[in-house]
Amino acid sequence: MLSYIARRLVQTVPVMLIVAVFVFLMLRIGPNDPASILAGDNANAEQVAAIRQNLGLDRPLLSQLFVWLGAILTGDFGESFFFKKQVSALILDRLEPTFMLALCTIVLAVVVAVPLGVIAAMRRGSLIDRLVMGFSVMGFSVPVFVIGYALIYVFAIKLNWLPVQGYSRLADGLPAFLRSIALPSMTLAIIYVALLARMTRTSVLEVLGEDYIRTAYSRGLTPLQVLVRHALPNAAVPIVTVIGLGVALLIGGVVVTESVFAIPGLGRLTVDAVLARDFPTIQAIILLFSFVYVMVNLVIDIAYTFFDPRIRY
Amino acid sequence: MSAEPAPSIAIAPKRKSAFLSEPAILIPSVVLGLLVLVALFAPFLGTIDPTQFDPTLRNKLPGHVGTVRALDGTETPFVYRMGTDNLGRDIYSRVIYGTRISLIVGALVALVSTILGLTIGLVAGYVRWLDGFVMRIMDGLMAIPPILLAIALVSLSRAGLVAVIIAIAVPDIPRVVRLVRAVVLSIREEPYVEAAITAGTPTPTLLVRHILPNCIAPLIVQATFVCASAILVESILSFLGVGLPPEEPSWGNIMAAGRQYFRIFPHNILFPGIFIAATVLCVNVLGDALRDRLDPKLRKRV
Repeated sequence: MLSYIARRLVQTVPVMLIVAVFVFLMLRIGPNDPASILAGDNANAEQVAAIRQNLGLDRPLLSQLFVWLGAILTGDFGESFFFKKQVSALILDRLEPTFMLALCTIVLAVVVAVPLGVIAAMRRGSLIDRLVMGFSVMGFSVPVFVIGYALIYVFAIKLNWLPVQGYSRLADGLPAFLRSIALPSMTLAIIYVALLARMTRTSVLEVLGEDYIRTAYSRGLTPLQVLVRHALPNAAVPIVTVIGLGVALLIGGVVVTESVFAIPGLGRLTVDAVLARDFPTIQAIILLFSFVYVMVNLVIDIAYTFFDPRIRY
Repeated sequence: MSAEPAPSIAIAPKRKSAFLSEPAILIPSVVLGLLVLVALFAPFLGTIDPTQFDPTLRNKLPGHVGTVRALDGTETPFVYRMGTDNLGRDIYSRVIYGTRISLIVGALVALVSTILGLTIGLVAGYVRWLDGFVMRIMDGLMAIPPILLAIALVSLSRAGLVAVIIAIAVPDIPRVVRLVRAVVLSIREEPYVEAAITAGTPTPTLLVRHILPNCIAPLIVQATFVCASAILVESILSFLGVGLPPEEPSWGNIMAAGRQYFRIFPHNILFPGIFIAATVLCVNVLGDALRDRLDPKLRKRV
């Protein structure tokens, strides 16, 4: 077990290394020159050259890569071109809203989607099944921001129940925080619910066809007992896998949702950084999000061994 | 090679006749066909120049009757069916012309990522010594959340249709590569492939004649889903202001322009939102139906 965890950890190293090299090359071989971006429009050639030397951009590409990688490992992502702050400090500042949004979304999505998927599977072909499947396809087809604006229109503008935009930190009180996070996490949860409900349905349906389910029924167990004791534990692995894979979708959604709801998180920072061509910040965000995505899926892979004693490594 | 009738061909005639009678295939096909017609005949559908702005006609509600001034100064009355945006541009015309951009982006992204993914996948699956290297790079690319990668890629160059298409296509390539490689790995052990190798078939011919045809069905399904997500991602990029230049009439741009005034004029987001949702929904439903048809293994499972 421990050796399995160690092996999986080692396997993530080349993946993250490739991401890092890609992120590094993106800026160096792209058409953009960081020195002239940093120098501004009015700089002369000497000023640009001085900045280039200062950043070490005149050195060979490979040595730049190693210097950069070394800095990243110590948490130094350089200085933001646009915000004129350390990128690491900038990111730490923006971490809370994004983390909270992601957390609330996942919790909300799991709580809604798993029961929906289970009911759809148990009542296969019924109206409920069709509605869940229809909702699922719809969820994949409407852009996140359209869902966001529709929810704002109904709950904030027409009904006036919740604030239109903005984020209230957890430190400012739980009620205000919950009110500010409700609409963004509902918005973001829709696509996640679509994905999860579908996977839950498929996975439960597959398990319901197994012999041991028939056996369980024949022993006189009620459908609920069969579901909780036999079907769900066996259907859990694919469902949990999809929760992990869905994190990629979630991260994409965070960028959009934070823009719609004016939440000062990492997603908003991404868009601001791209608009300002603030490459150190863009690089750091991509690395961070990719790292989180890889780690979440690693943890889930390892968690399988707990969920499913049949899986042995 | 003469086609030896495989078991699946026995039910082929029934399949063919049933293909279009299935609502899940017929309805989205008809709607998408109509959208293609809308895109082709956009100038003849009662539209005006989608980039023409008029400061006196800003933020008008749907149904507003105004006049359109031509270059020679003549004014003709015009009904703004979907209202106007913050620069006084006709939203109806922009939505209709936006169909072109969305369909082009969807189709080209699907095409580009499928062709590149297919090529890389065939080579990786067949040329063993390249496989490890190529797949590690694909793993790395897949570790970056797709929308984030697309946003980062568009930031590298000046916003334009080609840059947007490339930026959306690149994150999809590794997924196509994986699919193709998996098919190649399962097919290359088949007796007929071994027979072809023994017969001295050159590798390129082998790949194209014997292995490629097996990839086509799963690739069509995959391309459909890539197309749907590409249309969505284009609208997201434009909406965030990092996609096509703002004057381009894309559905995302129309909604981006309507953002600030959304509380008072929700129609700026409503109409393009309906179009994009309907289009992507049709492509997704079609993709699901095709997968059920083309992938019998999966159908049995679900």
